[in-house]
Amino acid sequence: MAKQFLKGNEAVVKGAILAGCRAYYGYPITPASEIAHAAAMYMPLAGGTFVQAESEVAAINMVYGASSAGERVMTASSSPGISLKQEGVSYCAGSELPCVIVDVVRGGPGLGNIAPEQSDYNQVVKGGGHGNYKVIVLAPNSVQEMCNFGMLAFDLADKYRNPVYILTDGFIGQMMEPVEFPEPVTNIPEKPWAVKGNDETSDNLITSIDLDPDDLERHNQKLQQKYAIIEEQEQRAEEYRTDDAEIVLIGYGIVSRIIQTVVDELRDKGVKAGMLRPITLFPFPKKAMEKLTETSKFFLTVEMSNGQLVNDVRLAVNGRKPVHLLTRMGGNVPSTKEIHDEVMKLMRLS
Amino acid sequence: MNTILKKSTSFYDVYERRPGADKLTTTYCPGCGHGVLHKLIAEALEDFGVRDKTIFISPVGCSVFAYYYFHTGNVQVAHGRAPAVATGLKRAHPESVVISYQGDGDLAAIGTAEIMHAANRGEGITVFFVNNAVYGMTGGQMAPTTLVGQKTMTTPRGRTFENEGSPIRMSEIIATLDAPVFVERVMLSDTKSTMHARQAVRKALKLQIEKNAFSFIEVLSACPSQLKMTPSRSKLWVKEVLEKQFPLGVKKDISAEFEKRTFARNVVKNEDIHDILNIVTVDVDSEKIRQYQDKPINEEIKVAGFGGQGVLSLGTVLSEMGMRHNYEVSWLPSYGPEMRGGTANCSVKISNKKIGSPLVANPTILIAMNRPSLDKFENDVVSGGLIMYDNSLIDREPVRDDVDVIPIPATKIADELGNTKAANMVIVGALIAYKDLMSQQVILESLGDVLKRKNLVEMNRNAILRGAEFIRNLKK
Repeated sequence: MAKQFLKGNEAVVKGAILAGCRAYYGYPITPASEIAHAAAMYMPLAGGTFVQAESEVAAINMVYGASSAGERVMTASSSPGISLKQEGVSYCAGSELPCVIVDVVRGGPGLGNIAPEQSDYNQVVKGGGHGNYKVIVLAPNSVQEMCNFGMLAFDLADKYRNPVYILTDGFIGQMMEPVEFPEPVTNIPEKPWAVKGNDETSDNLITSIDLDPDDLERHNQKLQQKYAIIEEQEQRAEEYRTDDAEIVLIGYGIVSRIIQTVVDELRDKGVKAGMLRPITLFPFPKKAMEKLTETSKFFLTVEMSNGQLVNDVRLAVNGRKPVHLLTRMGGNVPSTKEIHDEVMKLMRLS
Repeated sequence: MNTILKKSTSFYDVYERRPGADKLTTTYCPGCGHGVLHKLIAEALEDFGVRDKTIFISPVGCSVFAYYYFHTGNVQVAHGRAPAVATGLKRAHPESVVISYQGDGDLAAIGTAEIMHAANRGEGITVFFVNNAVYGMTGGQMAPTTLVGQKTMTTPRGRTFENEGSPIRMSEIIATLDAPVFVERVMLSDTKSTMHARQAVRKALKLQIEKNAFSFIEVLSACPSQLKMTPSRSKLWVKEVLEKQFPLGVKKDISAEFEKRTFARNVVKNEDIHDILNIVTVDVDSEKIRQYQDKPINEEIKVAGFGGQGVLSLGTVLSEMGMRHNYEVSWLPSYGPEMRGGTANCSVKISNKKIGSPLVANPTILIAMNRPSLDKFENDVVSGGLIMYDNSLIDREPVRDDVDVIPIPATKIADELGNTKAANMVIVGALIAYKDLMSQQVILESLGDVLKRKNLVEMNRNAILRGAEFIRNLKK
């Protein structure tokens, strides 16, 4: 049994190193700091670099440099730190630089608190920085997935030359669970476009500037085509007991674990409930939503934010079925009882 | 010896990247220092034979298009961030030659943090800092180096000390740091000063090539367009006016005694990665846990007490031992709004079904190590659950009559063993014995793998045994 019991924040670093990531640049912030701690511990031992940057802004720009150099590189932060990184993420997207960013979301706005929220959905899933760009967003709901997505994120980043986020929260980052670790990857793709300080790459240019409007529009159109391919090919979702579900609960990350318990309770009572868990937030799992929109009576979105996820659910459902919303904010996590009661109330009303 | 003057091979012959019809000249205005400094750098790269190894970082401002000209690897970056990007590049390719090229607004205003810290880390890069006392490309606004009295678009009546402070001398500031090896301010005003600047450029690059040293060359330069002067007048202004505020000279030079710095990384084989990451294989003798394999278990445990009582590690030991019995387990520390006033708690779930939420709201087992914990969580325990509490510290009994209650003087027992901190393991022993959740033998055998402090393993084994013994005596 090759299992290890560890924190989500540590698992994501080990996953990244197994994926061939050899550079970490970051700034400490609760509740993401264990990611920096683990990277500081293991990166140098694994033949990589760890630098504690002077700021979140510097950290993402070090990532920009390492990615330009062709390295698999990551950084991590929590909500206010992600706000600061957004300029650099926009540059990475514009220059088509692959990188992995972990956001362990905490309560906001402003200084907020260090408890778990999901209120970064808009600032991460919708781009967040300036310009017409999108990032791939993975939402793990277990420590095992923190490791697995730590690996998957690099494959997606390299495949599409695009930043990839792992969007998680204080609970998934702080909790400990057993993890089974895969073998380290051996087939990291070549990056002939990178700038490596050698003759073969001395004609390469990493840039996001294009003064000519027609040229910049063409670049933007090319990016949109890439995002369309990502939407077509990379939707991921988990369905739980949805086969004959009349009521579909939707939530990602930690919320999906609570929903799963509620679905079991409801099923025990004979209520035909099921869960859709978006694993990719961009691309949003529209295909899975399409099928459930046909078969279900109504949806209940549960999120630890002020109705951010529900907007994507509503876009997918497009008015064909009622979409309800249950939110908690400020670091409070919805209990199984309150979700359960909300479903019972909605059933009486419908 | 006859020298044929020709364009350096570090420049492209034809500037294909430059838009428009003119592919042979630069975008720089007559009299501008950028073109001259580009030339000095390009010739040095050619002479030292490092053009192919060079990565040139184009900043924001007029030199944003340096990549039109330099036939090197090129990376264009955000305003102020060149030294941070340079850090990422140089650490990835320690053998490359990385040039971080910035203007005054870029380096000394929006990018102050990045240059200070790259310098302070002594990154193996060469920084060229073009100081022309004005924002050129952006349209003639005040720079951090704009002189007091100097009129710009944002100081229409002239910069004042009272409103804007005085111009920053970056070379002097950088020279106060330990790591930079060579810091010099030069100017591009006339042939003599340009030839001197050439020497500084070459020395700085040579120091990177040979010793991976951080150098900082500040170049006083003219911007005739924004100074609204003729090229020749503006060059004179650099010498007669600008240089008065920014004295030329070597500000720091420790190159002679500086030993080559390496950023070389460990060379690691893929098959060693698991060991490096401390990924250990847990071997469990299935015979020893056989009787627990089919036992229906679904415990939701809340462990609470003072910080320092080992509350969190009590939880992790239970979870890790659960994992060694092939149970599903999760552990969540108190964190966020729950964590107030020096108390700590954690949620542990041990089950043979997949675990939903890791948060325990209504525990089947409450372990209370102090009075506030009992007060806070007693009412949350499910009917028919268990409250195990340390009655050597808690001076009241639980009032619930629909739950099992086990008082145990855990701290007192731990004190008898010689270490108060072992109270948490006394509880582990007692809980395992009372609920028969796991094999005591497996726990004792694997305790050494689970505990971080190996010198305390034996003492903690004794604590577990004493806890179990307490329960056995209670059951008699």
